[in-house]
Amino acid sequence: MKNIFYSLGLVSMFCLMAATFPVHGGYHVGDTAEDFKLMNVSGDYVSLSDYKDVNGYVVVFTCNHCPYAVMYEDRLIELHAKTAELGFPIVAIQPNDPEVKPADSFSEMQIRHKEKGFPFVYLLDEGQKVYPKFGATKTPHVFILDKQRKVRYIGAIDDNARDASAVTQNYVLDAIDAIQNGKDPDPATTKAIGCSIKVKK
Amino acid sequence: MRLLFISLLGLITTIGVSQSYTTYDSFDDFEHILHQDNDTTYVINFWATWCGPCVKELPYFEELHQKTKDQKLKVILVSLDFKKQIEKKFVPFLKENKIASQVVLLLDSKEQEWIDKVDERWSGAIPITIVYRGKRRAFLEEDFASYTELEHFVNTIHKN
Repeated sequence: MKNIFYSLGLVSMFCLMAATFPVHGGYHVGDTAEDFKLMNVSGDYVSLSDYKDVNGYVVVFTCNHCPYAVMYEDRLIELHAKTAELGFPIVAIQPNDPEVKPADSFSEMQIRHKEKGFPFVYLLDEGQKVYPKFGATKTPHVFILDKQRKVRYIGAIDDNARDASAVTQNYVLDAIDAIQNGKDPDPATTKAIGCSIKVKK
Repeated sequence: MRLLFISLLGLITTIGVSQSYTTYDSFDDFEHILHQDNDTTYVINFWATWCGPCVKELPYFEELHQKTKDQKLKVILVSLDFKKQIEKKFVPFLKENKIASQVVLLLDSKEQEWIDKVDERWSGAIPITIVYRGKRRAFLEEDFASYTELEHFVNTIHKN
Protein backbone atom coordinates (compact mmCIF):
# COMPACT_ATOMS: atom_id res chain seq x y z
CA MET A 1 0.00 0.00 0.00
CA LYS A 2 2.80 2.29 0.93
CA ASN A 3 4.39 1.53 -2.42
CA ILE A 4 1.26 2.55 -4.26
CA PHE A 5 1.26 5.86 -2.49
CA TYR A 6 4.92 6.22 -3.29
CA SER A 7 4.33 5.56 -7.00
CA LEU A 8 1.34 7.84 -7.01
CA GLY A 9 3.50 10.46 -5.42
CA LEU A 10 6.14 10.01 -8.08
CA VAL A 11 3.56 10.15 -10.86
CA SER A 12 1.96 13.29 -9.51
CA MET A 13 5.38 14.84 -9.02
CA PHE A 14 6.22 14.04 -12.59
CA CYS A 15 2.94 15.57 -13.80
CA LEU A 16 3.62 18.59 -11.65
CA MET A 17 7.07 18.99 -13.14
CA ALA A 18 5.74 18.61 -16.65
CA ALA A 19 3.06 21.17 -15.89
CA THR A 20 5.40 23.63 -14.27
CA PHE A 21 8.30 23.63 -16.70
CA PRO A 22 6.98 25.30 -19.82
CA VAL A 23 9.56 24.79 -22.50
CA HIS A 24 10.34 27.85 -24.54
CA GLY A 25 11.41 26.44 -27.86
CA GLY A 26 13.13 28.51 -30.46
CA TYR A 27 16.57 29.85 -31.05
CA HIS A 28 19.29 30.25 -28.49
CA VAL A 29 22.30 32.50 -28.85
CA GLY A 30 24.64 30.76 -31.29
CA ASP A 31 21.90 29.13 -33.40
CA THR A 32 21.49 30.07 -37.03
CA ALA A 33 18.09 31.54 -37.83
CA GLU A 34 16.14 30.36 -40.85
CA ASP A 35 15.21 33.03 -43.35
CA PHE A 36 11.51 33.84 -43.76
CA LYS A 37 9.22 35.50 -46.26
CA LEU A 38 6.58 37.75 -44.74
CA MET A 39 4.35 40.49 -46.07
CA ASN A 40 5.34 44.06 -45.31
CA VAL A 41 2.75 46.80 -44.74
CA SER A 42 3.59 47.96 -48.29
CA GLY A 43 2.12 44.71 -49.63
CA ASP A 44 5.51 43.35 -50.73
CA TYR A 45 7.02 40.18 -49.36
CA VAL A 46 10.29 40.62 -47.46
CA SER A 47 13.03 38.10 -46.68
CA LEU A 48 16.28 38.69 -44.82
CA SER A 49 18.15 37.68 -47.97
CA ASP A 50 16.58 40.71 -49.74
CA TYR A 51 18.86 42.97 -47.70
CA LYS A 52 22.10 43.62 -49.52
CA ASP A 53 25.29 44.91 -47.93
CA VAL A 54 24.18 44.55 -44.34
CA ASN A 55 26.20 43.36 -41.35
CA GLY A 56 23.19 41.81 -39.64
CA TYR A 57 19.60 42.33 -38.59
CA VAL A 58 17.73 43.57 -35.56
CA VAL A 59 14.59 41.42 -35.66
CA VAL A 60 11.99 42.92 -33.29
CA PHE A 61 8.73 41.15 -32.53
CA THR A 62 6.38 44.00 -31.77
CA CYS A 63 2.76 44.98 -32.27
CA ASN A 64 0.23 47.81 -32.21
CA HIS A 65 -1.78 47.09 -29.09
CA CYS A 66 0.75 46.28 -26.36
CA PRO A 67 1.61 49.26 -24.13
CA TYR A 68 5.16 48.00 -23.77
CA ALA A 69 5.51 47.88 -27.56
CA VAL A 70 3.96 51.34 -27.86
CA MET A 71 6.42 52.73 -25.29
CA TYR A 72 9.22 51.66 -27.60
CA GLU A 73 7.82 52.99 -30.89
CA ASP A 74 9.70 56.30 -30.82
CA ARG A 75 12.78 54.63 -29.43
CA LEU A 76 12.74 52.07 -32.28
CA ILE A 77 12.64 54.89 -34.84
CA GLU A 78 15.68 56.51 -33.21
CA LEU A 79 17.37 53.15 -32.82
CA HIS A 80 16.92 52.24 -36.48
CA ALA A 81 18.60 55.48 -37.50
CA LYS A 82 21.67 54.36 -35.56
CA THR A 83 21.64 50.61 -36.24
CA ALA A 84 20.90 50.89 -39.97
CA GLU A 85 23.88 53.22 -40.23
CA LEU A 86 25.95 50.39 -38.72
CA GLY A 87 24.49 47.92 -41.20
CA PHE A 88 21.95 46.39 -38.83
CA PRO A 89 18.48 47.42 -40.03
CA ILE A 90 15.46 46.83 -37.81
CA VAL A 91 13.07 44.20 -39.13
CA ALA A 92 9.81 44.49 -37.19
CA ILE A 93 7.47 41.50 -37.14
CA GLN A 94 3.93 41.53 -35.72
CA PRO A 95 3.34 38.03 -34.30
CA ASN A 96 -0.19 38.25 -32.84
CA ASP A 97 -3.24 36.60 -34.38
CA PRO A 98 -5.35 39.53 -35.65
CA GLU A 99 -8.48 37.52 -34.96
CA VAL A 100 -7.61 37.51 -31.27
CA LYS A 101 -6.34 41.12 -31.33
CA PRO A 102 -8.10 43.13 -34.07
CA ALA A 103 -5.89 46.11 -33.13
CA ASP A 104 -3.01 44.12 -34.64
CA SER A 105 -4.64 43.43 -38.01
CA PHE A 106 -2.72 44.05 -41.22
CA SER A 107 -4.72 47.20 -42.01
CA GLU A 108 -4.14 48.53 -38.47
CA MET A 109 -0.43 47.79 -38.91
CA GLN A 110 -0.47 49.82 -42.13
CA ILE A 111 -2.14 52.72 -40.33
CA ARG A 112 0.34 52.66 -37.43
CA HIS A 113 3.32 52.38 -39.79
CA LYS A 114 2.12 55.44 -41.69
CA GLU A 115 1.16 57.48 -38.61
CA LYS A 116 4.47 56.89 -36.87
CA GLY A 117 6.50 57.03 -40.08
CA PHE A 118 8.43 53.88 -39.19
CA PRO A 119 11.64 53.93 -41.26
CA PHE A 120 11.79 50.11 -41.12
CA VAL A 121 9.65 47.29 -42.49
CA TYR A 122 6.69 46.11 -40.44
CA LEU A 123 5.87 42.50 -41.34
CA LEU A 124 2.88 40.36 -40.44
CA ASP A 125 3.68 36.86 -39.21
CA GLU A 126 0.77 35.46 -41.18
CA GLY A 127 -0.21 32.03 -39.89
CA GLN A 128 2.08 32.62 -36.87
CA LYS A 129 4.83 30.36 -38.20
CA VAL A 130 7.89 32.55 -37.71
CA TYR A 131 7.68 33.66 -34.08
CA PRO A 132 7.70 30.07 -32.67
CA LYS A 133 10.85 29.34 -34.68
CA PHE A 134 12.55 32.27 -33.00
CA GLY A 135 11.03 31.40 -29.66
CA ALA A 136 9.60 34.86 -29.19
CA THR A 137 7.23 34.89 -26.21
CA LYS A 138 6.23 38.52 -26.00
CA THR A 139 6.19 41.96 -27.55
CA PRO A 140 8.63 43.59 -27.74
CA HIS A 141 11.22 40.81 -28.06
CA VAL A 142 14.51 41.41 -29.88
CA PHE A 143 16.77 38.98 -31.73
CA ILE A 144 20.00 40.35 -33.19
CA LEU A 145 21.40 38.24 -36.03
CA ASP A 146 24.77 38.69 -37.66
CA LYS A 147 25.43 38.59 -41.40
CA GLN A 148 25.36 34.77 -41.39
CA ARG A 149 21.98 34.94 -39.57
CA LYS A 150 23.60 33.58 -36.43
CA VAL A 151 21.68 34.67 -33.32
CA ARG A 152 23.97 36.86 -31.23
CA TYR A 153 21.62 38.57 -28.78
CA ILE A 154 18.10 37.87 -27.43
CA GLY A 155 16.07 40.09 -25.14
CA ALA A 156 15.16 43.66 -24.40
CA ILE A 157 15.91 46.87 -26.29
CA ASP A 158 17.28 48.70 -23.26
CA ASP A 159 17.09 48.49 -19.48
CA ASN A 160 14.12 50.75 -18.83
CA ALA A 161 10.94 50.21 -20.81
CA ARG A 162 8.79 52.41 -18.62
CA ASP A 163 11.05 55.46 -18.66
CA ALA A 164 13.22 56.23 -21.69
CA SER A 165 14.95 59.05 -19.84
CA ALA A 166 16.14 56.64 -17.13
CA VAL A 167 17.81 54.18 -19.50
CA THR A 168 21.36 53.36 -18.41
CA GLN A 169 22.10 50.47 -20.77
CA ASN A 170 21.26 50.29 -24.47
CA TYR A 171 21.43 46.53 -24.88
CA VAL A 172 20.85 46.51 -28.64
CA LEU A 173 23.43 49.19 -29.42
CA ASP A 174 25.96 47.59 -27.06
CA ALA A 175 25.42 44.18 -28.67
CA ILE A 176 25.94 45.58 -32.18
CA ASP A 177 29.03 47.38 -30.99
CA ALA A 178 30.41 44.08 -29.65
CA ILE A 179 29.62 42.20 -32.87
CA GLN A 180 31.26 44.94 -34.94
CA ASN A 181 34.37 44.59 -32.79
CA GLY A 182 34.50 40.83 -33.22
CA LYS A 183 33.29 40.15 -29.70
CA ASP A 184 30.29 38.36 -28.22
CA PRO A 185 27.63 40.67 -26.80
CA ASP A 186 27.65 40.85 -23.01
CA PRO A 187 24.94 40.44 -21.86
CA ALA A 188 23.89 38.14 -24.71
CA THR A 189 20.44 37.67 -23.20
CA THR A 190 18.27 40.02 -21.14
CA LYS A 191 14.70 40.06 -19.92
CA ALA A 192 11.94 42.64 -19.76
CA ILE A 193 8.21 42.62 -19.13
CA GLY A 194 6.04 42.39 -22.22
CA CYS A 195 2.68 41.30 -23.59
CA SER A 196 2.26 37.61 -24.28
CA ILE A 197 1.90 36.75 -27.97
CA LYS A 198 -1.78 36.30 -28.75
CA VAL A 199 -2.76 32.91 -30.14
CA LYS A 200 -6.17 31.40 -30.73
CA LYS A 201 -6.94 28.75 -28.13
CA MET B 1 -6.01 76.55 -4.01
CA ARG B 2 -5.81 74.16 -6.91
CA LEU B 3 -3.44 71.96 -4.94
CA LEU B 4 -5.81 71.92 -1.98
CA PHE B 5 -8.64 70.92 -4.28
CA ILE B 6 -6.61 68.09 -5.75
CA SER B 7 -5.61 66.83 -2.31
CA LEU B 8 -9.22 66.98 -1.14
CA LEU B 9 -10.30 65.10 -4.24
CA GLY B 10 -7.63 62.51 -3.53
CA LEU B 11 -8.84 62.14 0.04
CA ILE B 12 -12.44 61.66 -1.04
CA THR B 13 -11.40 59.10 -3.63
CA THR B 14 -9.37 57.23 -1.04
CA ILE B 15 -12.27 57.11 1.40
CA GLY B 16 -14.65 56.05 -1.34
CA VAL B 17 -12.47 53.12 -2.33
CA SER B 18 -12.66 50.13 -0.07
CA GLN B 19 -10.07 48.33 -2.15
CA SER B 20 -6.60 48.96 -0.83
CA TYR B 21 -3.23 48.07 -2.24
CA THR B 22 0.40 48.21 -1.20
CA THR B 23 2.97 49.91 -3.39
CA TYR B 24 6.56 48.73 -3.74
CA ASP B 25 9.03 50.99 -5.54
CA SER B 26 11.81 48.47 -5.19
CA PHE B 27 11.78 44.74 -5.91
CA ASP B 28 14.04 44.09 -2.92
CA ASP B 29 11.32 45.32 -0.58
CA PHE B 30 8.72 43.22 -2.37
CA GLU B 31 10.69 39.98 -2.67
CA HIS B 32 9.68 38.51 0.72
CA ILE B 33 6.14 38.06 -0.61
CA LEU B 34 7.48 35.30 -2.85
CA HIS B 35 9.19 33.44 0.01
CA GLN B 36 6.95 33.27 3.07
CA ASP B 37 7.91 30.07 4.82
CA ASN B 38 4.80 28.82 6.61
CA ASP B 39 1.93 26.37 6.00
CA THR B 40 -0.17 28.76 3.89
CA THR B 41 -0.44 28.26 0.14
CA TYR B 42 0.27 31.49 -1.70
CA VAL B 43 -1.20 32.10 -5.13
CA ILE B 44 0.66 34.97 -6.76
CA ASN B 45 -0.53 36.37 -10.06
CA PHE B 46 1.44 39.00 -12.00
CA TRP B 47 -0.93 41.14 -14.06
CA ALA B 48 -1.73 44.67 -15.23
CA THR B 49 -4.87 46.54 -16.22
CA TRP B 50 -3.30 47.04 -19.67
CA CYS B 51 -2.94 43.29 -20.20
CA GLY B 52 -6.00 41.77 -21.90
CA PRO B 53 -5.56 38.11 -20.94
CA CYS B 54 -4.69 39.15 -17.38
CA VAL B 55 -7.90 41.10 -16.94
CA LYS B 56 -9.86 38.24 -18.45
CA GLU B 57 -8.59 35.68 -15.93
CA LEU B 58 -8.78 37.96 -12.88
CA PRO B 59 -12.34 36.86 -11.95
CA TYR B 60 -11.04 33.30 -11.50
CA PHE B 61 -8.57 34.54 -8.89
CA GLU B 62 -11.32 36.49 -7.19
CA GLU B 63 -13.47 33.37 -7.15
CA LEU B 64 -10.58 31.40 -5.67
CA HIS B 65 -10.15 34.06 -2.99
CA GLN B 66 -13.87 33.90 -2.10
CA LYS B 67 -14.07 30.10 -2.10
CA THR B 68 -10.97 29.49 0.01
CA LYS B 69 -11.51 32.06 2.74
CA ASP B 70 -11.68 29.32 5.39
CA GLN B 71 -8.50 27.67 4.12
CA LYS B 72 -4.82 28.41 4.54
CA LEU B 73 -4.62 29.96 1.10
CA LYS B 74 -3.85 33.52 0.11
CA VAL B 75 -4.31 35.14 -3.28
CA ILE B 76 -1.98 38.04 -4.02
CA LEU B 77 -2.42 40.02 -7.23
CA VAL B 78 0.83 41.74 -8.19
CA SER B 79 0.11 44.56 -10.62
CA LEU B 80 2.74 45.89 -13.02
CA ASP B 81 0.66 48.95 -13.88
CA PHE B 82 2.52 52.14 -14.73
CA LYS B 83 3.13 54.84 -12.16
CA LYS B 84 1.44 57.55 -14.20
CA GLN B 85 -1.71 55.48 -14.61
CA ILE B 86 -2.31 54.67 -10.95
CA GLU B 87 -5.05 57.22 -10.37
CA LYS B 88 -6.40 57.24 -13.90
CA LYS B 89 -6.61 53.54 -14.57
CA PHE B 90 -5.41 51.26 -11.79
CA VAL B 91 -7.43 52.57 -8.83
CA PRO B 92 -10.69 52.90 -10.83
CA PHE B 93 -10.19 49.35 -12.09
CA LEU B 94 -9.92 47.95 -8.56
CA LYS B 95 -13.00 49.89 -7.56
CA GLU B 96 -15.17 49.05 -10.55
CA ASN B 97 -14.34 45.37 -10.33
CA LYS B 98 -14.62 45.34 -6.51
CA ILE B 99 -11.34 43.43 -6.26
CA ALA B 100 -11.30 41.74 -2.86
CA SER B 101 -8.02 39.80 -3.08
CA GLN B 102 -4.85 41.39 -1.72
CA VAL B 103 -3.37 43.72 -4.34
CA VAL B 104 0.24 44.77 -4.60
CA LEU B 105 1.64 47.34 -7.03
CA LEU B 106 5.24 46.72 -8.10
CA LEU B 107 6.74 49.82 -9.69
CA ASP B 108 10.41 48.81 -9.98
CA SER B 109 11.29 49.52 -13.62
CA LYS B 110 14.65 47.70 -13.56
CA GLU B 111 12.96 44.57 -14.85
CA GLN B 112 16.12 42.93 -16.13
CA GLU B 113 17.38 42.84 -12.54
CA TRP B 114 14.33 41.18 -10.99
CA ILE B 115 12.55 38.95 -13.55
CA ASP B 116 14.91 36.03 -12.87
CA LYS B 117 14.49 36.54 -9.13
CA VAL B 118 10.76 35.93 -9.51
CA ASP B 119 11.44 32.76 -11.52
CA GLU B 120 14.24 31.89 -13.91
CA ARG B 121 11.74 30.26 -16.23
CA TRP B 122 9.86 33.53 -16.73
CA SER B 123 10.45 35.16 -20.13
CA GLY B 124 8.88 38.43 -18.99
CA ALA B 125 5.46 38.04 -20.64
CA ILE B 126 2.41 38.46 -18.42
CA PRO B 127 0.29 36.97 -17.01
CA ILE B 128 2.18 34.46 -14.88
CA THR B 129 1.03 32.59 -11.81
CA ILE B 130 3.14 31.18 -9.01
CA VAL B 131 1.71 28.85 -6.40
CA TYR B 132 3.88 27.95 -3.44
CA ARG B 133 3.78 26.53 0.04
CA GLY B 134 7.05 26.41 1.93
CA LYS B 135 9.65 25.15 -0.51
CA ARG B 136 7.18 23.60 -2.96
CA ARG B 137 6.49 25.79 -5.93
CA ALA B 138 4.70 25.77 -9.29
CA PHE B 139 5.10 28.33 -12.05
CA LEU B 140 2.99 28.96 -15.14
CA GLU B 141 3.58 31.53 -17.87
CA GLU B 142 0.13 31.36 -19.41
CA ASP B 143 -3.40 32.52 -18.71
CA PHE B 144 -6.16 30.28 -17.41
CA ALA B 145 -9.15 29.58 -19.64
CA SER B 146 -11.46 28.79 -16.72
CA TYR B 147 -11.77 28.72 -12.94
CA THR B 148 -11.40 24.93 -13.04
CA GLU B 149 -8.05 25.25 -14.80
CA LEU B 150 -6.80 27.64 -12.15
CA GLU B 151 -8.14 25.47 -9.32
CA HIS B 152 -6.43 22.42 -10.79
CA PHE B 153 -3.11 24.25 -11.00
CA VAL B 154 -3.42 25.60 -7.45
CA ASN B 155 -4.29 22.16 -6.07
CA THR B 156 -1.06 20.63 -7.40
CA ILE B 157 0.51 22.46 -4.46
CA HIS B 158 -2.41 23.20 -2.16
CA LYS B 159 -3.81 19.64 -1.97
CA ASN B 160 -0.47 17.87 -2.05
